[in-house]
Amino acid sequence: MTDLWPRLESLLPRVAKPARYIGGEDGMQTPVHTARAVSWLLTYPDTYEIGLPNQGLQILYEILNERPDALAERSYAPWVDLEALMRAEGLPLFSLESHRPASDFDVIAFNLSAELTYTNVLNCVDLAGVPVRSADRADGDPLVAAGGHCTYNPEPLADYLDFVVLGDGEEAVGEITEVLAPWKAAGKPAGGRLGVLRDLAGVSGVYVPALYDVAYDGPRIVAVEPRCPEAPARVEKRTITDLAQWPYPKSQLVPLTEVVHDRLNVEVFRGCTRGCRFCQAGMITRPVRERPAEQVRTMVRDGLRRTGYDEVALTSLSTADFSGIEQVVADTVTDAGCGQVAVALPSLRVDAFTVGLAAQIQRARRTGLTFAPEAGTWRMRQVINKLIREEDLYGAVEAAFSQGWSRVKLYFLTGLPTETDADTLGIAELARNCVELGSTHRRSASVTVSVGGFVPKPFTPFQWFGQNTTVELRRKIGLLRGELRRARGVRLKWHDPEATLVEGLASRGDRRLGPVIERVWRQGGTFQEWSEHFDSGLWLEAMADCGLDPDWYTCRHRRSDEVLAWDHLSAGLHKDFLWQDWRDALDEMGLEDCRWTPCYDCGACTGYGIEHVVASAVPPAGGSQGTGVDRSSGDAVPVALTPRPLVGAGVS
Amino acid sequence: MRLRIRFAKIGKIRFTSHRDTARIWERGLRRAGLPVAYSEGFTPRPRISFGLALPTGYESEAEYLDVELDGEAAKLSGLAADGGAAGLSGLAGALTEATPDGITVPAAVGIDRAEPSLQEAVTSCTWRIDVGGVDETAAAAAVARALDADEILITRERKGRTVTDDIRPQIVSLDATTATADGVRLIAELGTKPRALRPAELLTGLDPSPRELRVCRLRQWISTGSEQREPLEAFPLPNPSPAADAARATNAKDHPDDRPSGRPRGEPAPKGWFAAATKTTTATTTAQPGPQTRRARASLVGS
Repeated sequence: MTDLWPRLESLLPRVAKPARYIGGEDGMQTPVHTARAVSWLLTYPDTYEIGLPNQGLQILYEILNERPDALAERSYAPWVDLEALMRAEGLPLFSLESHRPASDFDVIAFNLSAELTYTNVLNCVDLAGVPVRSADRADGDPLVAAGGHCTYNPEPLADYLDFVVLGDGEEAVGEITEVLAPWKAAGKPAGGRLGVLRDLAGVSGVYVPALYDVAYDGPRIVAVEPRCPEAPARVEKRTITDLAQWPYPKSQLVPLTEVVHDRLNVEVFRGCTRGCRFCQAGMITRPVRERPAEQVRTMVRDGLRRTGYDEVALTSLSTADFSGIEQVVADTVTDAGCGQVAVALPSLRVDAFTVGLAAQIQRARRTGLTFAPEAGTWRMRQVINKLIREEDLYGAVEAAFSQGWSRVKLYFLTGLPTETDADTLGIAELARNCVELGSTHRRSASVTVSVGGFVPKPFTPFQWFGQNTTVELRRKIGLLRGELRRARGVRLKWHDPEATLVEGLASRGDRRLGPVIERVWRQGGTFQEWSEHFDSGLWLEAMADCGLDPDWYTCRHRRSDEVLAWDHLSAGLHKDFLWQDWRDALDEMGLEDCRWTPCYDCGACTGYGIEHVVASAVPPAGGSQGTGVDRSSGDAVPVALTPRPLVGAGVS
Repeated sequence: MRLRIRFAKIGKIRFTSHRDTARIWERGLRRAGLPVAYSEGFTPRPRISFGLALPTGYESEAEYLDVELDGEAAKLSGLAADGGAAGLSGLAGALTEATPDGITVPAAVGIDRAEPSLQEAVTSCTWRIDVGGVDETAAAAAVARALDADEILITRERKGRTVTDDIRPQIVSLDATTATADGVRLIAELGTKPRALRPAELLTGLDPSPRELRVCRLRQWISTGSEQREPLEAFPLPNPSPAADAARATNAKDHPDDRPSGRPRGEPAPKGWFAAATKTTTATTTAQPGPQTRRARASLVGS
């Protein structure tokens, strides 16, 4: 093997944060490479600090290394300073474990969590010394793969990825390994690459873009059809049925240098059925699969002891919904074996955040609190189906301030369907009221308002919606700035509308976006997630060079009969369910959580013959779901679209 | 009670920053189950203090940290029984086990709470500086010129401002000892008061200025009057010499770069090491205890 470390070592004194490139984390595996074991290089196309905590990557890392026929190492995108030195010295992309060249691996598998990292994917493949376009790759080149949420529309990268995995990867990586092992054992015979790709297309959840033809009529897609019998007409996502069988990561990586989310992370459930219409994660990860509380406790206790962390995050898409969350938090904080432990609960729903929960999580050390009302008025929240009432928000904020927090963060979207200026200004109103509530408890109470521009995502009811133009988003942010200029205790932060536009291009783009991404990359447009590197000019120029209209992709409302670029893929959701939900949104009708109510047949469970795994038959305390009724008190649960209550008239 | 720990930082881990190292220690102390005292207030912090920051990329044989232990908890676990010695046997090994590859702990000792902080007490450090771009003769000449000079002015950035300083008073000793495969090895003792002179700054002050290859802090010194001692007097470090280096190179834990792959990391440190340690009668330490001082050199070492 080639160990690149001696060459890398001499470059590290000249770059920022060299600890990004040394590996050596607690939990790092040092697998033995053999002529038979299929080797995966799990790559996160952003910096080490952003990529290391990624739980998906860590889960697959362990699962693959447990298999006798596979092994996995990791790689992250080198920062621009090291990249320049690597290119000057002819040093290729390397793995962190054995500092082996990326091209020595059989598969380079990317985690795609954000559209703006796409240019980094091309850059990493190029740094590996592998042709960026899959059509140009030779038999001996690694297969370039991707998984993660963005792969529900991988079309912009279709010409660059050899295969894509939809949904949960726990089982799929094993099945893929079994397809690749005989090919590797046979020495990757000349001309065998296409055969392997066809075999991979036969694995459930695997999409091989090169095996599909896209037919266009002018700008519109007419059909996307498989070219060979192995490729299914529609690729269905993978779903693991029981999280309890997958207690991963068992040895979470403990980085030697600071990263984001630098703490123990324990996934308490996967999937969410709150049904927020803007939220792709909530739609594509259904159904809800809770981890048994006892397993959560064990993973927390063992994880803290092993890592030495003093903070644990209980992760999910809406952690306060976990059955018996207060008890789990209480046990973690009081368990003598854990020492002084801070508990972080990301993605907290305000209607389930109680004084009791607030009191529990602040006992060791207060972690930051972020609530996401998402929209400023009840009308708007009905449209997006984020059914939390103003009272719910104020209750949560009051609970936080009364338990000693002096600052809470509120997250909002702007540019939502049917949004009026009254809705936008409602954000300012909520923020001011929260500060006022807080100042009765603490003089220094303050609220940080973070506003993001809404980008419609595939497989959501809003996939047909034309997003706001950058001009319109900028105007709305201007409205808020003006309104909050003199508001005491409110700090306003917003996302760059230009970045929102580019994210929208990649989010619902088709294969014609590929050359655009390649052009931006060739012009040096890497690390587009980073505001200091993001350059919208590069994107608009590349769009123009390719004869494409950004507005056609982003700002245009789509019709029900339009063939969408991702229609040949499936997250299990029926298209007519999504369309009906889109119509309901425009009618300002909410939809209740199906975890505790009868089924709407969205398709995620029924289509795959699986069910929710939820320990509690009733919603969490205070989970009013916009009906003004505390469902935990055990009243009848009606199956109906929620009526529109008079603002402030709810029963608490 | 207060613990003073000496540790070495060798190999790939040298690319972690001072701040990273502090975090590594916070986790390591928790993994070892040490009853670390916490500060009061809304965000309690473990009461740990480090000495002079080691620049990112430099190795060290002589890093120190002081740890404040929770008195009650320490007593309960038998740590404070007799000022530390017996209760602390096995601690160094447990801490080596609880910290990542590349960090080794040869000694951990209970110290007097009245002892001044490392930051205040340490007055100079001995460095091994491997340089390239010069041969032995040129290096010896550069060293001689530096030692003969009345002042050596260098310009450096400080708090965003460019300042010119005379670094000559900070060069306690300087010697071009041996030729290496790709250059020359310098041994330098550099002062830390009022501001530590870094090896990289020393090299810019030499004429010709050699290229820095690899740097290791070998010792830290506390100078009081005419006597010099180490922060852990009871466990003096062996005299820095090529022979000692050769001996150390055979120790795999010290050199993770050379370690054959295969051993998975991440086994938890044995819980409650102190309970087990008190049962052990054979105290294992790396050096024989015994106070040792050395006379500060009256004249500068040089050619």
